[in-house]
Amino acid sequence: MAVSLKQPELTQPAEQVKSAFEIAHPVYSELRTPLILGRKPYRQVTVDICHLLDSKAGRGWWISLAASLLLLVAGVVAAVHTVNTGIGTWGLNRTVGWAFDITNFVFWIGIGHAGTFISAILFLFNQKWRTSVNRSAEAMTLIAVMCAGVFPIIHMGRPWLFYWVLPYPNTRGTLWVNFRSPLLWDFFAISTYFTISAVFWYLGLVPDLATARDRTKSKLRKTFYQVLSLGWNGSNRTWSRYETVYTVLAALATPLVLSVHSIVSFDFATSLIPGWHSTIFPPYFVAGAVFSGFAMVMTLMILVRKLLHLEDYITPQHLENMCKVVLLTGSIVALAYITEIFTGLYSGNPNEIFVIINRGLGPYAWAYWIMFGCNALLSQLFWFKRLRTSIVAIFVLSILINVGMWFERFVIIVTSLHRDFLPSSWAMYSPTITEVGLLVGSFGLFFTAFLIFLRLFPVISINEVKGVLGYARH
Amino acid sequence: MRDIESAKAVRFTAAFFENEGDLIGGAAEARLAGFEIYDVYTPFPVHGMDRAVALPPSRLTWIAFLAGALGLVFGLTLQVWTSAYDWPLNVGGKPFNSFPLFIPVTFELTVLFSGLIAIGVLFARNRMWLFSKRKVFERVTNDRFVLVLKQSDASFDMEKAVNLFARHNAINVVEGDQFV
Repeated sequence: MAVSLKQPELTQPAEQVKSAFEIAHPVYSELRTPLILGRKPYRQVTVDICHLLDSKAGRGWWISLAASLLLLVAGVVAAVHTVNTGIGTWGLNRTVGWAFDITNFVFWIGIGHAGTFISAILFLFNQKWRTSVNRSAEAMTLIAVMCAGVFPIIHMGRPWLFYWVLPYPNTRGTLWVNFRSPLLWDFFAISTYFTISAVFWYLGLVPDLATARDRTKSKLRKTFYQVLSLGWNGSNRTWSRYETVYTVLAALATPLVLSVHSIVSFDFATSLIPGWHSTIFPPYFVAGAVFSGFAMVMTLMILVRKLLHLEDYITPQHLENMCKVVLLTGSIVALAYITEIFTGLYSGNPNEIFVIINRGLGPYAWAYWIMFGCNALLSQLFWFKRLRTSIVAIFVLSILINVGMWFERFVIIVTSLHRDFLPSSWAMYSPTITEVGLLVGSFGLFFTAFLIFLRLFPVISINEVKGVLGYARH
Repeated sequence: MRDIESAKAVRFTAAFFENEGDLIGGAAEARLAGFEIYDVYTPFPVHGMDRAVALPPSRLTWIAFLAGALGLVFGLTLQVWTSAYDWPLNVGGKPFNSFPLFIPVTFELTVLFSGLIAIGVLFARNRMWLFSKRKVFERVTNDRFVLVLKQSDASFDMEKAVNLFARHNAINVVEGDQFV
C-alpha cells in the first residue's frame, strides 16, 4: 500500500504567505540588493514563470510571430532563388569574393557568444545574477548559431552536399578533408559549440520541465514535459550528480566559447590579405563577439521583462551588470581598433598602410565610421550610471551597438578585399536584393524561433532562481 | 530508484519541510541519531545537503576526464592518420603531419567527447530517460522539501523520528511502503 502523496494546499493567496526562506532567515541585509525583487516565496516563482506556459498566447505574441514568419518567408524565397540560380544572384565579383553572407555569418556567431558566456563563464565566477537571464540567453545563443550556420551552407551553392566537410569514408578514394584549413576548423568549432550549448541548455531545463510537468493541466503539454523531463523527481543524489556534470560542462564550455570566435578569426588571420593578416584577431574577435552578444541579450531582455511582466526577475541591476560587461568588452574592441590603426601605419608595409587609410577615408569610410562610432564611442557612454540604469538608454544603445558590430564585420571583410594588390582589379561591392533578403530572413528565423521558445519552455531558470532567492537575506 | 524491487518489504518514513534550512537541520540530526537516510527530494539543489546526508562526491568528473582524453586521442589519430598516412596530400607545401594545425580540431573533439559522454553517463546513472515512469512527491518540484528515511529494521522508532522532525518544523511526517 502506498501512502497518498497528496498534502493539503495552502489556502491563503501567495502574497500573504510569508516566504519559507524569510522564516528561516529573518535578517534582511540592506548592504546587498536582492537579485529577485518582491520577496517572493518559492511557489510564487513557480507560478510567475509557469503561468506564461499555461496561459493562452496573447494577441501581441501572435502579431510578433506573424511578422517574424513574414521575414522568414522572405529569407526562404531568397535562399531558394540563390540555390536554384546560383551564387551569381549575389553582388560578389572577382575582387570581392566574400562579402555579405560571411558578414552575416560572423555577426550571428558573435551574437551567439553571450549565452554560453553567461551560463558557463559567469557560473564559474559565481555570478549569481546570471540565473535570471541564462535560460533565455542560452536559447538566444542556440538560435543565433542556427542563423549563422545557414549562411555558409547556402554559400556552398550545393547545400545538400554540406556533409562533405565531415571526414567520413567515401567513394572518392577515400579523399579526406583538409585538416590544415581554418574553414574546416570552423566547421568543427561551430558544430561542437552548438552541440555543447544545446546539451548544456537542455540539462539546465530538465528540472524546470519537471516543474512544468507537475503543474500543467493540459494533457498534450503534460505529455510533452513528461517526456522531456526524463522522470526528474528532485532526488538529492540526482541533484548532486547533476551539479557535478553542470560544473564540468561549464568548465568545458568556457574555453569553448573563447575558441569559437578565435577560430572564426583564423578564417581571416591565417590569410595574407592586408587588413586580415593580424595576430590581434582572436582576442579582438572574441571581445567583439561577447560585446555584440550582450548587447543582443539586453535588447531581448528589455523586451521580455516588459512584455511578459518579469520586472521582478530581470531587474535594472541585471541590466546594469550587463552594461558593465558591454563597457569592458567595448573598450577592448576600441583598443583593438586603435591598435590596428597604429600597427598598420607603423608597419612600414605600403599595403598595410594603404588598407588602414582606405578604411578611414576610402569609398567605404561611411561604414568604417558607423562601426567606430557605434562600437568604440557609444559603448563608452556606459561609464555614466544614469545611462546604465536607464532602460530606454540601454535599449537604444544595445541596438546601435549591434548595428555597429554588423558593420565591423562588413568593414573587415569588404574594405580589405575591394582594393587588392592590383589596382586594375579594384572593384566596389554592394549587396543585391537577394542578399538583403537572406539577412532579413535570418532575423525572421531568429525571432520566430525565440517566440516559440517563449511559449514552450520556462523562460527563466525556476530552480536556479529559487536557489538565489535568499541572496542578500543572510 | 535503487533496488526498488527488493525494497518492497521495507517501510519508509517521509518528512515534509517548507524550507531548506529546516531540511538540512533535520537530515543532519536524523543521520547522527542513527537513522538511515534513503534520499532527499528538493525543488532546487540545496547546498550543504550532500554533507548533511554524508553523500560522497560524484565520480562523474573522472568519466568526463577520461572521455575528454579519449576525444583527444581520437582527434589526433584521425588527423595524423588521414593527413599523413592514408592519403597524404601536398597542401601549400606544408608537412603531411602538420601537427600544430591539428590542435584546433583536437581541442574541439576533446570538448565534444567529454561533454556528450559525461551527460550521457549522467542520464544513464540517474536512470533518466524519455519514458521514465518514476513517481514524484507532490509539490517537490515546486516548494516542498522531503526527507525519506529507510526503516532498516524492526527497531525503527517512529515516535523518535516524528519528534526529531517536529523540532525542525516538519509540516508532516508519514509512513509508507514505497513513495517514489
